[in-house]
Amino acid sequence: MKLDSMYQEVILDHYKHPHGRGLRDGDAEVHHVNPTCGDEITLRVRYDGTKIEDVSYEGQGCSISQASASVLNDLLVGKDLADAQKIQETFLELMQSKGKIEPDDAMEEVLEDAVAFAGVSKYPARVKCALLSWMAWKDATAQALGGADAERNTA
Amino acid sequence: MTQLPGLLDVEAIRKDFPILDRQVHDGKKLVYLDNAATSQKPRQVLDALNEYYERYNANVHRGVHVLAEEATALYEGARDKVAAFVNAPSRDEVIFTKNASESLNLVANMLGWADEPYRVDSETEIVITEMEHHSNIVPWQLLAQRTGAKLKWFGLTDDGRLDLSNIDEIITEKTKIVSFVLVSNILGTLNPVEAIVRRAQEVGALVCIDASQAAPHMPLDVQALQADFVAFTGHKMCGPTGIGVLWGRQELLEDLPPFLGGGEMIETVSMHSSTYAPAPHKFEAGTPPIAQAVGLGAAIDYLNSIGMDKILAHEHALTEYAVKKLGEVPDLRIIGPATAEDRGAAISFTLGDIHPHDVGQVLDEEGIAVRVGHHCARPVCLRYGIPATTRASFYLYSTPAEIDALVDGLEHVRNFFG
Repeated sequence: MKLDSMYQEVILDHYKHPHGRGLRDGDAEVHHVNPTCGDEITLRVRYDGTKIEDVSYEGQGCSISQASASVLNDLLVGKDLADAQKIQETFLELMQSKGKIEPDDAMEEVLEDAVAFAGVSKYPARVKCALLSWMAWKDATAQALGGADAERNTA
Repeated sequence: MTQLPGLLDVEAIRKDFPILDRQVHDGKKLVYLDNAATSQKPRQVLDALNEYYERYNANVHRGVHVLAEEATALYEGARDKVAAFVNAPSRDEVIFTKNASESLNLVANMLGWADEPYRVDSETEIVITEMEHHSNIVPWQLLAQRTGAKLKWFGLTDDGRLDLSNIDEIITEKTKIVSFVLVSNILGTLNPVEAIVRRAQEVGALVCIDASQAAPHMPLDVQALQADFVAFTGHKMCGPTGIGVLWGRQELLEDLPPFLGGGEMIETVSMHSSTYAPAPHKFEAGTPPIAQAVGLGAAIDYLNSIGMDKILAHEHALTEYAVKKLGEVPDLRIIGPATAEDRGAAISFTLGDIHPHDVGQVLDEEGIAVRVGHHCARPVCLRYGIPATTRASFYLYSTPAEIDALVDGLEHVRNFFG
């Protein structure tokens, strides 16, 4: 069934058992919404220099948006900003691929669990759900670091 | 097939709607339950659009050639059809717009630029309700911000009705305009017009009614409503997109200033000043949506050939059936009136804690088209403490079998996320 390509087990697992959920201390906080469906996320980042100490979040929304935030927490916490940006850019590229990119080993190495979202890119209405927390992270990072190391607009 | 008293001969009607034969997702029969967003179009309307462009296309109200005269007659003929459809006392009270949003914005802007006694300013108040579509909230917020007027609103009861218990405090001597929805697009609620209009008239306030979810589904009589303005859109009532209607009382349309300026709306123009054409043309600047108006006229002919009272009865029977069947689905909570009394054929619900986006996605895989999200009525979602809803909405071609398919689909959703 085509649906299974979107709702991968990995995604449903993250949705039911989100990693790192809850708001903790941070250097910056942002609130992003997906106006078409009402997904919302409040996200905080905490940096030690350029190292991501924590990404904490609270939100409500569909399984895709919530699972994506959980995966983001897994992938980015503990990383250096440059590595995190590479992951974010790779994820964005995959999500904007309209189902055309079949993740290879190199991509899988960068994205880990996030490759499970490849199937979501076939559903234009849901791409924004998957990207919500990633855009929030990018925005929060720009605010926390004063915009010097991260620009605000990618999409 | 389930037979319910009051149903139309749906089998015959569905033959008029080519799109309803479509299959989606590898051979799944389309079950279209998103009629509150937009209706499908019968062949009669599609043919009228085609015929207009193939035989009559010209600009209206200018030129002396045959096509210009015929196009004008068709465009103005559509106005006659709309006037009769809503029982308007005069055809000159029917203004064509782009959609209901434009109609409501037009009213807000007429009042913002008006002189006394209509003028909305910092000494006055505007009244709406918490169940409005964003199109009947934002134009009034803009007007309030620009004029300094105070925006007030009626709240909602737990069962999805307007809370009118404090009507005398909400609508006061300061109120200039009360604008509210006749049938809610998210809750389905049919609102008690008379009580609101009576209070508005007591204090001398104008009344504007958003009939977008009513005009397609029930007989609409602007004189019986006793409103001053009634707005609706064509595409939800079998017509094309790009055509809406604002009906307004004639003396108001004569007194109130134009909003958009341009061709068509003038009497005479000099470089210093202009005088305006009488209503409705005063409010129709520029080349209007001619083919779309003709298409709306054809849609009205189509609906009349079936009968608005029969369409109302059909949808009432379906709504009664749907409310009962949906009530049997575990974890399903209807947001809005839980019975078919005083409600239209749009039913919003939540399903446990499964997000509506996920509900809609799994239903789509089964060929079932519903709307998910906040339905351009976010304050309603906030009021009931939910992020969004799933909404099924019916029309004259909807069947009990489609409601059964929805209920089966919801079972599938529960299993999928269970």
